[in-house]
Amino acid sequence: MPLLEVRDLRVEYRVYEGTLKVLNGVSLSLERGEKVGIIGESACGKTTTVKTIMGLLAKNSKVAGGDVTYKGEDVLKMSKKRLTELRRKNISMVFQDPSAALNPVFTVRQQLYDIIKFSTDERLTREELHEKAVEVLRQGALPEPDRILDSYPFQLSGGMKQRVNISMALVSASELLIADEPGTSLDVTIEDQIMRLLKKIVEEKGISIIPVKKFVDRIYVMYAGTIVEEGPTREVFNSPQHPYTQLLIKAVPKLTGGGIPEGILGQVPSYLKPPAGCRFVTRCPYAMEVCDTDAPPLYGVGAKQRAACFLYDERQLPR
Amino acid sequence: MKSSRTLREVYGRYWYKFSKNDLSIVGLACIAGVVLIALLAQWISPYPASAGLYVNFGNAGAAPSASHIFGTDQNGRDILSRVFFGFRYSLMLVAVVLSVTVAPGVVLGLVAGYYVNRWFSAVIMRLADIFVAVPPLLLALSVASVLTPSAINAMLAVSLAWWPWYTRLVYSSASSIRNEDFVRAAELVGASRWHIMFKEILPNNLGSVLTKVTLDCGWVILIGASLSFVGLGAQAPTPDLGTMIAEGSAYLPGQWWISIFPALAIVVVILGFNLLGDGINDMFASGVA
Amino acid sequence: MKSWTFAVKRLAYSGVSLLGLSILIFVIARVLPGDPARLALGPRAPQSVVEALRLQLHLNDPVYTQYFYWLRGIFTGDWGIALFTQRNVLIDVSDFLPATIELILFAAIIDLVIAVPLGLAAGRRANSIVDNGVRVLSYVGIAVPSFVVAILLQLFLGYGTHLFPLIGRISQNVVPPTQITGLYTLDALLTGNPGAFADSVWHLILPAFALALGPIAQEARIMRSSVVENLDKDFTLSEVSHGLPERTITFKYLMKPSLIPTITIYALDISAQIANAFLIETIFIWPGFSKYGLNAMLSKDLNAIVAVVMVAGVMFVIANILVDLVVGYLDPRIRLQRRTEE
Repeated sequence: MPLLEVRDLRVEYRVYEGTLKVLNGVSLSLERGEKVGIIGESACGKTTTVKTIMGLLAKNSKVAGGDVTYKGEDVLKMSKKRLTELRRKNISMVFQDPSAALNPVFTVRQQLYDIIKFSTDERLTREELHEKAVEVLRQGALPEPDRILDSYPFQLSGGMKQRVNISMALVSASELLIADEPGTSLDVTIEDQIMRLLKKIVEEKGISIIPVKKFVDRIYVMYAGTIVEEGPTREVFNSPQHPYTQLLIKAVPKLTGGGIPEGILGQVPSYLKPPAGCRFVTRCPYAMEVCDTDAPPLYGVGAKQRAACFLYDERQLPR
Repeated sequence: MKSSRTLREVYGRYWYKFSKNDLSIVGLACIAGVVLIALLAQWISPYPASAGLYVNFGNAGAAPSASHIFGTDQNGRDILSRVFFGFRYSLMLVAVVLSVTVAPGVVLGLVAGYYVNRWFSAVIMRLADIFVAVPPLLLALSVASVLTPSAINAMLAVSLAWWPWYTRLVYSSASSIRNEDFVRAAELVGASRWHIMFKEILPNNLGSVLTKVTLDCGWVILIGASLSFVGLGAQAPTPDLGTMIAEGSAYLPGQWWISIFPALAIVVVILGFNLLGDGINDMFASGVA
Repeated sequence: MKSWTFAVKRLAYSGVSLLGLSILIFVIARVLPGDPARLALGPRAPQSVVEALRLQLHLNDPVYTQYFYWLRGIFTGDWGIALFTQRNVLIDVSDFLPATIELILFAAIIDLVIAVPLGLAAGRRANSIVDNGVRVLSYVGIAVPSFVVAILLQLFLGYGTHLFPLIGRISQNVVPPTQITGLYTLDALLTGNPGAFADSVWHLILPAFALALGPIAQEARIMRSSVVENLDKDFTLSEVSHGLPERTITFKYLMKPSLIPTITIYALDISAQIANAFLIETIFIWPGFSKYGLNAMLSKDLNAIVAVVMVAGVMFVIANILVDLVVGYLDPRIRLQRRTEE
C-alpha cells in the first residue's frame, strides 16, 4: 500500500466570473521513503494539490471529486480530530514564502515550543522543549540556535526564515514532508542550499517528501490542473513523452549554449472554460480530433513512464 | 489593458462587487428613498404646515392613528411630516459639511503628501493634528456654543472639525504613492506637478475617499443630531430630528411616539449610509472573490 | 527603558499639539463677534458692571496679551472663574472630572470584555449565528445614536422594569465612600465599603453601556475582519499544518495579531468618549465633567469652555500614548523599530 495516494482529484474555486475548475482529475502516489516531485508552470495547480492533501483549502474552494488516502485512510473524510493528529505526528508542510509562513508577532521560541509541545502526547518539561528545539534547529542547519529562538521572524533573513520553517515542519513530519516550492522566493544560491538541506534531511530521516521540483526519484508533470506525464526523474528528463513535457524541457535554457530556447506557443487555457478534452489541446503541435472531445488517460510508455496523450493509444485515431 | 475592456464590463464588475452583498442594495434603497422624500417633502407630507411654527393644541400629543400615522407632538404637529422635513435638514447638513470640507481637506493632503519634505507640508499636518487633538463632537460642540446656536452655525462647527480627517487620509497614501515608479516616470517625462498630483496620485485615493465620504454622511448626521439634542444645533421650530428626539424625550414613556419615530428615522438614515459605504468599499476592494 | 524615551518624546510632541489647540480655541472664543462679558452677564446687566468684568478678564487688551495671561494662569493654577459656578475652573474640573473618568473607564472595560471575544468568535466562524449576530450588532451600534440608546435603556430597564436606577451615581440612602480618588467604585473598594461599591456599580451599568455600545460594535467589527484576514494568512495555514490545536491557534496565534488594529481603534473610541459623555451624562443626570462642560457651553462661559476642551485634549493625548505603548507591546516590529530609531 502506498503511503499517500491521490486519485482523480477534482478541485474547484468559486470566483466572480464563475467556477474555476482547477484540478481536473489529478492522480499521484508516493511510497514510504520516496521522494516525488511535481513540475509545471506557475498556476498549474501544484499548490492546490498539496493544500488539498494537507486539508488547507481556502473557503471558496470545493473538492468536486476523487479522494486522498494516507496509509489507507481517506484524508478528505477524516474527522477534524484525526486530521489534527496526523498533522501533529505524521505529516507537515513547508510553504513557499518563508516570510509569510511565520507568525510575525511571536518569537521563534514561542512558535517552536508550541509545535513541539503538541507533537507528542507526553508532557515535556521546559528543558526538554528547549533541547528538542535546539535539535531541530540544528537539523535545519541554523547556527546559534539560542539567538534564533529569541528572534522575531522579521529579524531573520529569508533563507534563515525558511530554515526555521523547515525545522518546525520537521518536528511533526515523521513520515511525510510536503514542500511547496520552498526556495522560489529566495535567491538562487540560497534556494540551492535550502534544496540540498531538504534532500539531506529527508534521506537521513527516511521520510517521504513532495517538493515541487528537484532531487526527486520520481516526478509528475502537471499542466493546467492535470497530470500529463509521470516517471522516474532521469527518464522523464532524458526522453520526455508527452508533447507538453517535450516543449517544457526544450524551453529550459541550457548553460552549454545553443541559443535562446523556444517558448511554448499559446497560453494556458482559462480554468473557467477549460477545453472539454485534453487541456493541452490548444497549444499542442500534434493535436488530433479526439483531443478536443476526450481527456486522455495515462498510457504506459516504455517500462516506467506514463503519459496522458492519445499519441500512445493503440487504436489508429484520425489525425 | 484598459482599452480592451468596454465601459460596460468595467461598470458591470463594479456593480457586481457592490451588489454581491444584499445589504449594500438595502443601503442604496434607504438612501435613495430618504433623498426622494427630502426633495419632495412639501408635496408628499400629509401636513406640510407642521414643519414650521404651526400649533394645534387641541390635537397635541395624539397617538398614532390613520390620520397621523406617527402621531402628533406636544404642539399638535404631525410627526410624519416633521420627519420628512427632518430628512431634508439632515441631508442639507451633510451636503454643506462635506462639500466645504472634502475638497480642501483632500487638496491639502495631496499637497502635503506630495511635497512631504517641504516646510509647508509639516505646517499643514501639524495644523491638522491640532484639529484632531479633541474628538470632533467636542470641537463641534464648543465652536457651536461660542457662536450663536443655529442651523448654519452648527454646519460651520461640524465643518471645522471635519476637514483634517481627509487631509490625514490622503496625506498618508499620497506620501507613499509619490515614490512609486509610475509617479517617478511621470516626473521624468516632465509632467507638471498639478498633473502628477491630480491625475496620477489622486485617482489612487478615490476609492478610499469615496468610501469615507459615504460613511461620513452617517457620522455628520449623528454629530448634527447630537448638537441639536443638547440644544446647540438647529433651533425650534426647525424640524430637526435631534431636536425632535430631545423635546419628545420629556414625554416618555407615555407619549413615546414623539421621540421614538424621529429616532427611528435617524437610525434609518445612518444605517443606510453605512450599508452604502460598505458596498462602495467592496466595490473598490481588490481581489476577485 | 527605551519605550519610556519614546513616550516622553510623544508627550513633548503632543504638548505642541495641545498648545496649538489652546491657541485655536482661545482665538475662536475671543475673536468671534459678541462680548464675552455681556454674554456672561446677560442683556439686562448695567454697562458699568460689564465694563468692570471686561477689565477683570483683560478683555480690553490685545488677544495675544489675553492669551499670555490665560496661559500663565493655566500653569499657576488660576484657570479663571467659571461665571456660572462662581468658582475657579480648576476646582470645578477636579470636582467633576472623577465621575466622568469613572464612567468612561467602566464603559471602556465593558467595551473590551464584550467586543474582543465577540469579534474573535465571529471571525473564526464566518457566517455562523454568532457572526450574523455580530453583524447585526455592529450595524445597530453604528446607526443608533448613543443618546437614543440611553433613552431606550432608561425607558425599558429603568422605568419599565425598575431593574436599574434611572439617574445619578449613587442612591440617596447610600452614603458615598470617603473621597480618595473621586471614583466611587474605587474609593468604596479602598475603604472596604461593599454596599457603596455595589450601589455605584449598579448606577454605572446603564450609562456605561449606553456609552459603550457604539464602540463595542466598532471594535467587534474590526476584530472580526482582522481575524478573518489573519485566518487566510500562510502563517495560520502553517500553524494548522504543524498540528497546533484550534484552541491554541485561535486564542494565541490569531488573537494577538488581530488585537493590534482593534486596540488602535479602541483607543480612538475611548478618547472620543468624553464627547459622547456630554449626551449620556445629560440623560442620566450624571454629575460629571461632561455635564459641567455642557452647562458651560449653554451659558457661554468661555473660561470653562476653554478648560473643558483642553482637558479633553489632554485625555486624548494620554489615551493615545497608552495605546502606543500597548501596540508596541503587542507588535514587536513596532517596538524594536522604535528602539533602533532612538
